Amino acid sequence: MRRRGLRGAAATVGHRLLILGFTLFAVFPFYWMLITSFKQNSDLYVGATNTAHNPFIFNAPPTLDHLRILFGRTFFPTWLGNTLTVGIVVVAITLMLAVPAGYSLARLTGRWGERLSIGIFLTYLVPSTLLFIPFSRLVSTLGLQNSTWSLILVYPTFTVPFCTWLLMGFFKSLPKEVEESAMVDGCSRLGAVTRIVLPLSVPGLLTVVIFALTLVVQEFVYSLTFISSVEKMTVSVGVPVALIRGDVYYWGSLMAACLVTSIPIAILYNFFLDRFIAGFTVGAIK
Amino acid sequence: MAKIEAAPLLAIRSRRLEGLRREERTLGIAMLAPALAYIFLLVALPFALAVVLSLTNSSAGSLDFSFIGLRNFANVVESPVFRRALRNTFVFTFVSQLTVIVLGNVLARALMKTFRGKSIVRFLILMPWAAPISLATLSWLWIFDSTFSVANWLLKVSGWLGPGQWYYWLGDPTLGMLAIIVIHVWRMLPFSTVILLAGLTSIPKEVHEAADIDAAGPFAKAFQVTLPMMLPLLTVAVLFGVVFTFTDMSVVYLLTRGGPYNSTHVLASLAFQEGVLGGDVGRGASIAIFLLPVLVVMAVLMLRVSRRTEVL
Repeated sequence: MRRRGLRGAAATVGHRLLILGFTLFAVFPFYWMLITSFKQNSDLYVGATNTAHNPFIFNAPPTLDHLRILFGRTFFPTWLGNTLTVGIVVVAITLMLAVPAGYSLARLTGRWGERLSIGIFLTYLVPSTLLFIPFSRLVSTLGLQNSTWSLILVYPTFTVPFCTWLLMGFFKSLPKEVEESAMVDGCSRLGAVTRIVLPLSVPGLLTVVIFALTLVVQEFVYSLTFISSVEKMTVSVGVPVALIRGDVYYWGSLMAACLVTSIPIAILYNFFLDRFIAGFTVGAIK
Repeated sequence: MAKIEAAPLLAIRSRRLEGLRREERTLGIAMLAPALAYIFLLVALPFALAVVLSLTNSSAGSLDFSFIGLRNFANVVESPVFRRALRNTFVFTFVSQLTVIVLGNVLARALMKTFRGKSIVRFLILMPWAAPISLATLSWLWIFDSTFSVANWLLKVSGWLGPGQWYYWLGDPTLGMLAIIVIHVWRMLPFSTVILLAGLTSIPKEVHEAADIDAAGPFAKAFQVTLPMMLPLLTVAVLFGVVFTFTDMSVVYLLTRGGPYNSTHVLASLAFQEGVLGGDVGRGASIAIFLLPVLVVMAVLMLRVSRRTEVL
């Protein structure tokens, strides 16, 4: 009895240590962003050969200088604005395309719609690194190079397929009787959708909005390819490409920019995680 | 009397239903059309254009080009930088995904137990997947900095690096590759873990109880009960992981720019360097085309999984 208790305790300790190890691995780069953002330069640039100087803690009092520089003297606020503008427009386009398509695939198209929906889902697998070359031709033919319109044109290529898929799953999960009873009461199909189905689908629509928004903030390849003027960049490209002035790294401000952008996205994403995962795994679980 | 009236009524009703069904189908097509048109114009056509451009001498300066057959491919295949990039792409994907699947299984099992602070742990473990990859890579760039690397500080303090010894993480091909793999593992591990976790929680308790009654040992249980039931989700996790890692260019581009001496390029970053920075669009396109075979295989496998489980 006593031995089993000991063994159980050892297993618990092992389990906690395992969890701790994985958590530290996952979080460390974010901790590094955090501590770098608030360290004075004299505390940051010591050099790793000095083993007496512990880089994990504040050796000098923390400072807000890097944040002040980031928001006051760099293009970071502009980039945030650009990203948000592109994000909102792309989300609107995505909803306009994906909501009707998702509903249609869930309720109106039957057998061939099912095959089509898998086809649409597979287009999500076509990577930006395969399409950026033809897109750069297309964008310059349309005269959109170095314009955020190019991003607005292209970003729905990765938001629409997955969001259509997510919404289709969501509409399928609503009972059919909801629309049918409205239609018996004299509503047309479209009327039933706008008056009954959409209000019931707010959680699903919200999931899609968040998902599309995070994808836009995360996107790097197209933005890097199409946008060359510093003031037109999005956050994910502006920070790594244009925040570094000359060959001196402004690591404090740089890490502050990463922190300020990553944390809200991670929190938003976490709220809707279970729905995204459901989108990736529909049907693979029975 | 009632019977006589019922027949024409039914006929009318079925005719009406037929009309309604046709109407529904038209509406269905109309609602689907905008999304399909968009996908056709901005995914299917550019996809075809990618193939066409790889057969031309198109360059960034002008919009006209002429066909030169397979010459781009012939040139590309001869280039040692390309061969290295091709090899790297496979090495990065294979090593990182193998690690992710092993660690993901361990982590998902650990997360099956209940413990205090589990939801916070789940949030923290998920962060690498949710954060924008280009910004997260910057953090790693700083961790692997040539002078201020915290990794080196730790190795110094622990005595791994003796006096005068130093790692230039991003200035050495082997260490650079190792750094890239670490970042890919770091980023994809949360994704696989949550998918595997979804699989583990979907296994009914009765299955475990039945295995216990049959006195199955822990290994028999893991390999003969859990693994087969997890297989569809394991496949999903691997397939997405492979696609995301295989086609990624942001990690390599921001961490090493393919250096030192083009030794850490992957197909995607090399295609960007040649096709966009170098302006040789045809050559860049032909390099990117090499991503295609693996993607096709992944798509086919995914369809297989979806067919076996009836719906994806």
